[in-house]
Amino acid sequence: MRVPGAAYLIVSAILFTTGAVGVLVRRNVLVMFMCIELMLNAVNLSFVTLGRMMHALDGQVAVFFVLVVAAAEVVVGLAIIVAIFRRRASADADQINLLKW
Amino acid sequence: MIQIAVFAVIAAVAVIAGVFLVLTRNAVHSALFLVGVQLCLAVLFLLQGAFLVSVLQIMVYAGAIMVLFVFVVMLLGVDKKEALIEPLRWQRPIAAGLGLLLAAEAIYLALSQHIHVGSGGLQAGPHEGNVQAVARVLFTNWALPFEATSVLLVVAVVGVMVVARRKMV
Repeated sequence: MRVPGAAYLIVSAILFTTGAVGVLVRRNVLVMFMCIELMLNAVNLSFVTLGRMMHALDGQVAVFFVLVVAAAEVVVGLAIIVAIFRRRASADADQINLLKW
Repeated sequence: MIQIAVFAVIAAVAVIAGVFLVLTRNAVHSALFLVGVQLCLAVLFLLQGAFLVSVLQIMVYAGAIMVLFVFVVMLLGVDKKEALIEPLRWQRPIAAGLGLLLAAEAIYLALSQHIHVGSGGLQAGPHEGNVQAVARVLFTNWALPFEATSVLLVVAVVGVMVVARRKMV
């Protein structure tokens, strides 16, 4: 007996919500970034699940592209965080207000 | 039957690790919980027969990306506590409320989806494994986006070098 696809989708929904709440609640830039990764992972799970439910392989190809974009995003984002940390010596999102007038 | 048992255990571990990722104070612990979530998701991919994606998940996410994260956490210092002063007092309760709303919406959508099971035309051939089938779809239907990702990666590498350089020479 196979696990129904809706169960996977619910796990994906819970993980996505956890990541979204984490981005809103946490102050540490690195942890916020990790929460974004959690959201991407949750979306990957629903891609694979929906692909299996539709008997299509496009879901897995989409996960591949998400993986590539996530890798590029992490590299650029961490470089920006390190650059900000060099100027402000802080990993707190509330301290990053250089653009505020 | 054993599939359901594995799914239940792994899904529970993934959700608990995800919650602790948000709750824990230490950034290194957050990174470790994120690795746990990603390993659990790799098992969930395996359960659904997505072998290539499962291995890629472990290699790229739990391997490369998380090493980068832990490296930067170590570089920036792990003992920094978050500030206790709240610039926006109502932000956290509102965030929790919005999160509950989002969870309700997402679970409703997950339970009420109208997917025509088996409507997709692309499947693995009779003598094809998962890797061959995904490769066939990737290099035929999605060949142009696949080539475009190489441009994306080059742009990312150049951008990182510009951002991380210390000063203009």
